[in-house]
Amino acid sequence: MLNALMKIFGKKEPSGKVARDRLKVVLIHDRASVSPEVMDHLRRDILDVVGRYLDINPEEMDISLANDEDSVALVANIPVTNLRHGGKR
Amino acid sequence: MSEVIVITSGKGGVGKTTTTANLGMGLAMRGKNVVLVDTDTGLRNLDLLLGLENRIMYDLIDVTQGRVPYKKALVRHKKVENLFLLPTSQVKDKSAVNPEELVKLCEELRKEFDYILIDCPAGIEQGFQTAIAAADVAIVVTMPEISAVRDADKIIGELGRADKENIKLIVNRIRPQMVESGDMLDMDDINDILSIDCIGQVPDDKMVITSTNRGEPCITMDKSTAGQAYRNIVGRLLGEKVPFMTFPKEGFFSRLKHVFGM
Repeated sequence: MLNALMKIFGKKEPSGKVARDRLKVVLIHDRASVSPEVMDHLRRDILDVVGRYLDINPEEMDISLANDEDSVALVANIPVTNLRHGGKR
Repeated sequence: MSEVIVITSGKGGVGKTTTTANLGMGLAMRGKNVVLVDTDTGLRNLDLLLGLENRIMYDLIDVTQGRVPYKKALVRHKKVENLFLLPTSQVKDKSAVNPEELVKLCEELRKEFDYILIDCPAGIEQGFQTAIAAADVAIVVTMPEISAVRDADKIIGELGRADKENIKLIVNRIRPQMVESGDMLDMDDINDILSIDCIGQVPDDKMVITSTNRGEPCITMDKSTAGQAYRNIVGRLLGEKVPFMTFPKEGFFSRLKHVFGM
């Protein structure tokens, strides 16, 4: 009833809710900002693990955090040059 | 057993110093030995809020640089005799004290006082790092405003990085009528966003300004709603279970006005 009335009179969404929604999104981005140092460590560790199973070219490897509208993804593009049989031991 | 509590916020102007003055006064009125340490070097104001600005002889920098023992720099409150202020310098800058010096000072203060409250400067630079160094507990003060909440989140992250695990939140300057009409973030929203244990919500109250004008924290005023909120927080700090304040709801007619966008 109240909502219907608000629609008729063209009342906007309460600004408190707008603030809340905006904050939630901006904080996901803020919290995901990782220092270059940490990214470097992460890159090295991923290289290490993946390298045990696949031949990869470290030069062309690309790792980044991608911000979507309301989520954050770790995106890694790792070109494989050769497949190993049964992993390196 | 003594406790070192840092009052911090990230953003300036949300009420760190007001909170420090009121909680310190409140704890002292409950019989605790309390010292307030102002670390906002260059922009000191805690002395003004306590009405002690004319009694300062030495400051924090004199103490950390070894010119005087800390007892000489302490200023006793005029009315509450177990409340002391350790003012900072108004002419030096934040680099005048480092974290190790403040930790050492707090170790000494712990022997004499039940509560050591540290008023932290705004920002996340060296002054902040110094202020939090000795703290057992951090109280983050924020306001129901988008920028203050974001900065509080940043500060909570920084506190975590510094291995400070005991973090509590105070939401200051709440306008109950705006919350009621949906135009202000409420405590639940902020709790939900920051996921930090909230120990108080303080309403926006004119008496905060009038009491500051006189150099008497509003916690001493019976009629002040903010003062009541601070008294509740003091109780919670002392381990009491105090229910959260409820604010008067908006009447039917003003709500009707809001519906019609008037």
